[in-house]
Amino acid sequence: MTSQESPSVSQPPARPLWRRALGPRLRAAGLALPLVAFVTVTFLGPMLSLLTKSFYDPEVADALPETMAALRNWDGQGTPSDEAFAAVAREFVAARTERNLGRTANRVNRVASGMRSVIMGSSREMVEARAAAEAAGAATDGAFWRETMVAIDSRWAGPEPWRALEAAGQRFTARHYLKALDFERGPDGGYVRAAEVWRIYVPLFWRTFLVSLGVTLLCLVIGYPVAHMIANSPPKRANVLLLLVLLPFWTSLLVRTTSWIVLLQNQGIVNDFLVAIGLIGDDGRIAMIYNMTGTFVAMTHVLLPFLVLPLYSVMRAIPPAYMNAAVSLGATPFQALRRVYWPQTLPGVGAGCLLTFILAIGYYITPALVGGQSGQLISNMIAYHVQTSLNWGLAAALAALLLGGVTLLYVVYDRLVGIDRIGLG
Amino acid sequence: MMVGGALSPGYRVARWGYVAFCVAAFVFLIAPILVLVPLSFNAEPYFTFTEGMLRFDPEAYSLRWYRSIFDGDEWTRPLANSLIIGISATVVATVLGAAAALGLAHPAMPGRKIVTALLISPMITPVIIAGVGMFFFYSNLGLAQTHIGIILAHAVFGAPFVVITVTATLAGFDWTVMRAAANLGANPLVAFRRVQLPLILPGVISGSLFAFAASFDELVIVLFMGGLDQRTLPRQMWSGIREEISPTILAVATFLIVFALLALSTVEWLRRRGASGGQRAG
Amino acid sequence: MKSSGAVVLGVVLVAGCRLAAEPPSGSPPGGDVEERSITAVSYGGSYARACVKGYHEPFTAETGVRVHVADFMGGLAQVRAQVEAGAVHWDVVDLNVAETVNGCDEGVLELIDPAILPPGPNGELPEDDFLPEMNTECGVGTLLFSTIYAYNRDVLTGPPPTRLADFFDLERFPGRRGLRRSPEAILEMALMADGVPKERVYDVLSTPEGLERVFRKLDTIKDQVVWWDTSAQAPQLLADGEVVMTTAANGRIFNAQVLEKQPFVIVWDGQVLNRGQLAIVAGTPRLDDAIRFVRHAARAESMAGVGRYIAYSPARYSAEKLIDRHFETGTEMWPHMPTNPANMKNYLMTDWQWWADHGDEMLERFTAWLAR
Repeated sequence: MTSQESPSVSQPPARPLWRRALGPRLRAAGLALPLVAFVTVTFLGPMLSLLTKSFYDPEVADALPETMAALRNWDGQGTPSDEAFAAVAREFVAARTERNLGRTANRVNRVASGMRSVIMGSSREMVEARAAAEAAGAATDGAFWRETMVAIDSRWAGPEPWRALEAAGQRFTARHYLKALDFERGPDGGYVRAAEVWRIYVPLFWRTFLVSLGVTLLCLVIGYPVAHMIANSPPKRANVLLLLVLLPFWTSLLVRTTSWIVLLQNQGIVNDFLVAIGLIGDDGRIAMIYNMTGTFVAMTHVLLPFLVLPLYSVMRAIPPAYMNAAVSLGATPFQALRRVYWPQTLPGVGAGCLLTFILAIGYYITPALVGGQSGQLISNMIAYHVQTSLNWGLAAALAALLLGGVTLLYVVYDRLVGIDRIGLG
Repeated sequence: MMVGGALSPGYRVARWGYVAFCVAAFVFLIAPILVLVPLSFNAEPYFTFTEGMLRFDPEAYSLRWYRSIFDGDEWTRPLANSLIIGISATVVATVLGAAAALGLAHPAMPGRKIVTALLISPMITPVIIAGVGMFFFYSNLGLAQTHIGIILAHAVFGAPFVVITVTATLAGFDWTVMRAAANLGANPLVAFRRVQLPLILPGVISGSLFAFAASFDELVIVLFMGGLDQRTLPRQMWSGIREEISPTILAVATFLIVFALLALSTVEWLRRRGASGGQRAG
Repeated sequence: MKSSGAVVLGVVLVAGCRLAAEPPSGSPPGGDVEERSITAVSYGGSYARACVKGYHEPFTAETGVRVHVADFMGGLAQVRAQVEAGAVHWDVVDLNVAETVNGCDEGVLELIDPAILPPGPNGELPEDDFLPEMNTECGVGTLLFSTIYAYNRDVLTGPPPTRLADFFDLERFPGRRGLRRSPEAILEMALMADGVPKERVYDVLSTPEGLERVFRKLDTIKDQVVWWDTSAQAPQLLADGEVVMTTAANGRIFNAQVLEKQPFVIVWDGQVLNRGQLAIVAGTPRLDDAIRFVRHAARAESMAGVGRYIAYSPARYSAEKLIDRHFETGTEMWPHMPTNPANMKNYLMTDWQWWADHGDEMLERFTAWLAR
């Protein structure tokens, strides 16, 4: 019996060394694995698909394969060969008959504005021209099409529509990124910066950056004293004050946005109040919403808790003795605040500001509801291209640029402060 | 900061300024939420306090907007959708998140830093970016305009909350206890149930509440991926606000504020019970 | 916990799959499986109500096919998205001619055989009875609507604006303006207000200089504009005093006038007329019912039916004779319709061919201008 028992008691040490070392590691990794796999599929997959969509665009190439093949040998000067005219005619007429040329034309139009009308207008007459030629028994070769197409629309005699077709037919392309940075195709086919009045995205990125920075600073200015007051109140009062920060944090974004509309609109509570106390006349109601003011007020309200909470958790850990010591050593309270207190709160300031800023630059719902036109940010433009213009390549490129910016911020922050300090307090 | 002692008049002014500023900030934070509640009982279809309301005339108050929530399926279907999506996403997020947190908190976990970064990444990526990517990806899989697509998306946003809250409850956990339990012959599942589960339960519950609240309030994904059948409460409010704000929206908003209060109280209560974790995460 | 978690997860996934497999909202939940229905999409609010009363309900009474109504804000985006995703749950869509022509070119709308068009009440042939250019390959004309501007007499108490140019005159008529967030009609109005004769509007718009001129004109009021998206917002903005005047679809203003007794006044000078059509989304599984529905809507009686609820002009001459009084207030409808000669002293008919060719480009230019 004893001889049989002893091995069972000493069984753990008897397991091979590699199993003893690996077992816990495997078990720990095994526990994390399902979520890792889940995040990889449901989150990294979409991110990858976003990046792919921003530079891979096969639609036109797939729709007009013969045209693309015929244009491959073209030097980009003058007009391409008769062969290209014949290929374009064949594919336009076929697509027109199958009623899917409109989609291709829309895509080419994104490369060069105005191409839609060139393609749709020409193809309408090309279908008729082919029917007429076939009825007359005439040949419909490249030379015929060159003559016919130039007669229908003289622009086919120049290089521009051909360059547009060629550019739109590139499967792997930087054109979405170029467009997202306000470059457009110049007269010689290369990309040049758009005329100032037609630059959209760079100014919008810039506006988004400035608004986010402004909102973040506003949150810091309001949130710093608030966090300080909570951190330095007796526990009972601190809990009540904390509740005042946490309730907005937990309340639906849409509820808070609705509330700002109710408060700030022309016939809203704030204006009613100002009129009632006689500060403004009934005809002098202030426009506080559907403009940049609305965006600023509502975003600051929504994001303030994200700054207060990390700040509070940092401030709570600062012993009051430091300040006392500084003051008793002869510093004025303001010097003590600036020299002693502020530096110790910097990690909280950094984490809170980073979080607030990153949330702000991705904001979509609030500006869309209360921002009016002047309060729109880059995310509203991304949503517009996803849902309305259906220019998904451009939406992907804009989102990828934004993602790049956010990642850069995290990297810089990680270098300066250490990323593991992030978290809501 | 303000230490007692010899106070200059300038300091006293600053002190008063500080208090006044903070009070104003708290009013700014809370007033917009509180103001909706009485307005939702307005008997008139207006968004401001009528004279009758200010006189506390009972005639000026009514429950009509609450009744109109339950007239027809304009709001009840979105509510059902929100609950189905929110609960399903929370279950997925909680199960996967809690397991992952147990793994991450274990001292033997390989590559902890990078794995944590990966698991947290959905939470710290602007939703608009994730939304665009998910729209493309799930459309290709045929999951756009389905409940399942939105549930998966919400689960991946909710899981980090669970990971963070559960990891926090395990900070300082003595893992030798688990080995001791094993050595005493307890099977790992029993050891988990008796030793770890009670410890992490507050974290699991508050994490899942965070995950549920995040799903319950999420709109960008639903806007991009949802069809007519996936209208959630936020989606319905969104069209309501964009067209014309009806007072019914204020009634729904009040309902959501009550929900927020309940969720918040639960999480705070759990946080205080599990004082060892002590940290508010998420 | 893990195993029970797995069970719960399984249940949830199964439940989710069942939900995902549920048919789109076209069929009422828990209803009779045999019951047939289609989804008709339009601009919502008072116009949708007019359609429901004017021809949805008679159609259901006649055929037993239920009609679900969904709202949108115009445009082809959602139609394109549904067709490309292969998940068509809209059947019939209310669009303007330029949109149906584009959608037709792209293959996202069904071709409609002109032979389905019903004759008039006295046997009038459809080809003679419809107003010119009302029908296209994929669209059946139902009405003409007009973009006008209107003001609130309670807010604007001074001398009233009477001409299109007054809308852009901030000196004589200070205050915020409401405008639809879309280039349609606004570009034409801006050019006409800037002194371009209406026959030349589209020629000027086709040149880069003309485009710059439009946006220079719009720049003069840009700071004062409140942009709206859904048609119901325009009367709302006017009633709330958010704006002193706004562009709007004439029918919406009419409804606010008669139903809510709002003191709104329409300025017909420079009205921009457009043709409204019904189109069928390509690939709908309910094609037969959709065609029956469109055919029903194309009857003169249906058009006159809509005309009892909202002041849009019918697309058929025979229907003009049937126009009656407002269903509730008894107001004579014809004087409020855009094609009434009294309102047509200075009007522009939208050039749908121009918009079909330039619509996307204009939207892009307009969006760029808005964003800067």
